[in-house]
Amino acid sequence: MNTKKIKEKLGFILLRLSVLFVVLFLAVILTYLVVNGARVLSWQFLTQNPENAMTQGGIFPALVGTFFVALITAIFSVPLGIFAAIYLIEYAPKGKFTRLIRLSIRNLSGVPSIIYGLFGVALFVQMLRFGASLLSSGLTLGLLTLPWIITASEEALKSVPASYREGAFALGASKWQVIRTNVLPYAFPGILTGIILGLSRAAGETAPILFTGVAFFIPSLPKSLLDQFMALPYHLYIMSTQHHDIEGVRGIAYGTALVLLIFILLLNLGAIIARYRMRKIRRA
Amino acid sequence: MKRDVKISTRDLSFYYGELKVLKGVALDIEKNGITALIGPSGCGKTTFLRCLNRMNDLIPGTRLEGNILLDGEDIYSKKVDVVELRRRVGMVFQKSNPFPKSIFDNVAYGLRINRMTKDNSELHERVEKALRDAALWDEVKDILDRSALELSGGQQQRVCIARALAVEPDVLLMDEPASALDPIATAKIEDLIQHLKQKYTIVIVTHNMQQAARVSDFTAFFYMGQLIEFAATDRLFTAPQRKVTEDYITGRFG
Repeated sequence: MNTKKIKEKLGFILLRLSVLFVVLFLAVILTYLVVNGARVLSWQFLTQNPENAMTQGGIFPALVGTFFVALITAIFSVPLGIFAAIYLIEYAPKGKFTRLIRLSIRNLSGVPSIIYGLFGVALFVQMLRFGASLLSSGLTLGLLTLPWIITASEEALKSVPASYREGAFALGASKWQVIRTNVLPYAFPGILTGIILGLSRAAGETAPILFTGVAFFIPSLPKSLLDQFMALPYHLYIMSTQHHDIEGVRGIAYGTALVLLIFILLLNLGAIIARYRMRKIRRA
Repeated sequence: MKRDVKISTRDLSFYYGELKVLKGVALDIEKNGITALIGPSGCGKTTFLRCLNRMNDLIPGTRLEGNILLDGEDIYSKKVDVVELRRRVGMVFQKSNPFPKSIFDNVAYGLRINRMTKDNSELHERVEKALRDAALWDEVKDILDRSALELSGGQQQRVCIARALAVEPDVLLMDEPASALDPIATAKIEDLIQHLKQKYTIVIVTHNMQQAARVSDFTAFFYMGQLIEFAATDRLFTAPQRKVTEDYITGRFG
């Protein structure tokens, strides 16, 4: 074998090992979670309140809390994110200022989540007087998700071929008609991916809800937007570090982690299915 | 013979930033005639074409001087609704660009966005008529709900022509409509253009001088942003007045 071939072989092995390492790591985490979490997983676990100072019972309020906080996040950040992206790509004058705005938005997606949390306290909890509540947490997570949704939507809009726009303009469509009928439908799968990625990240965050509304334990479900709530990631944190009997509730902690993981996997699965169906409809 | 002028450009100049790509073009385009624009790459013929339905408005950093009159009315005046202008002055692009929708929805697109039909049966009639005018109806009448992207290249281009015809323009601008097609598909498009001239004023950009000679009534020769020569097609090809025109049509450059 000549050196060229040896180098090729070495490079290939290196790449393959990298993938192997990543997959192995993921497999270990998943197996560990599934093996330890599956034991406590049951219908009761999902539908019952925690009992006996959270040493028994289920995680129902945390599951509901995470669902609703994610919903508020989506209601706030999805339309705002998509509209902002449409403006930036389709309407904003192409210049230094627009570029600066877009760069800032990209940078925002790298800001540590604890900073969003503290900002949420200052703005929603204190200044706007929403208090520590479902609403404050949902809005804070919405801010965290916005840059992801905007960036993904921008990329999706940019990937729609210019010929679709030109063709529609040439038929006498107004700009908004072009965007609505001949750009957005084709950008939507990409936008949806961004939404789901952003939301699943938000659903798993602890820091932004820590000061803005999540509770250690509440015996009842939140009844309004201004109530405090329980959430899966925070519940997991409590169960694994703050509980008075950490050894005793380890099973519940694993179960919570597994449920959170499944929650996020289901979100992603939903996105994949929706995208697949939309592509099929478009081809028909 | 008094010519019936549909479009008239006066001292038309066009800039991309600082670059002047059209230099004082004055051209009268005859109603219900076929006018071919020829010239080497980069001579400004496509830019000229795209001024006629203000498609260049969409490109930032461009500027236009002079006037373009459509039926005597300046299309760049503030009173003109550019969206309505583009409905009246249809365009077929060099690279056929059917939308990723069904054949029917492609042709119906302009009718729908301009709300040009009062009910569904009228919509179907208009789509059928446009497809017949584009000489495509017999080939697609049973597969109207299939994606336009499944058609052959020549058929796709005729979908785009049908789509443009459906909104009943007065003028049809064609930017090298056959440049990506095989000879048989090209012949079909050329036949079609001949038929369409009864109803429409047609301006066609082409690289192919035989095509210009075959299909057009008038030919304009562009070179380096200037209109060098404009005449009846048979005269321009048999007795060009300018040396540079003769060099180009005899294939000495270009």
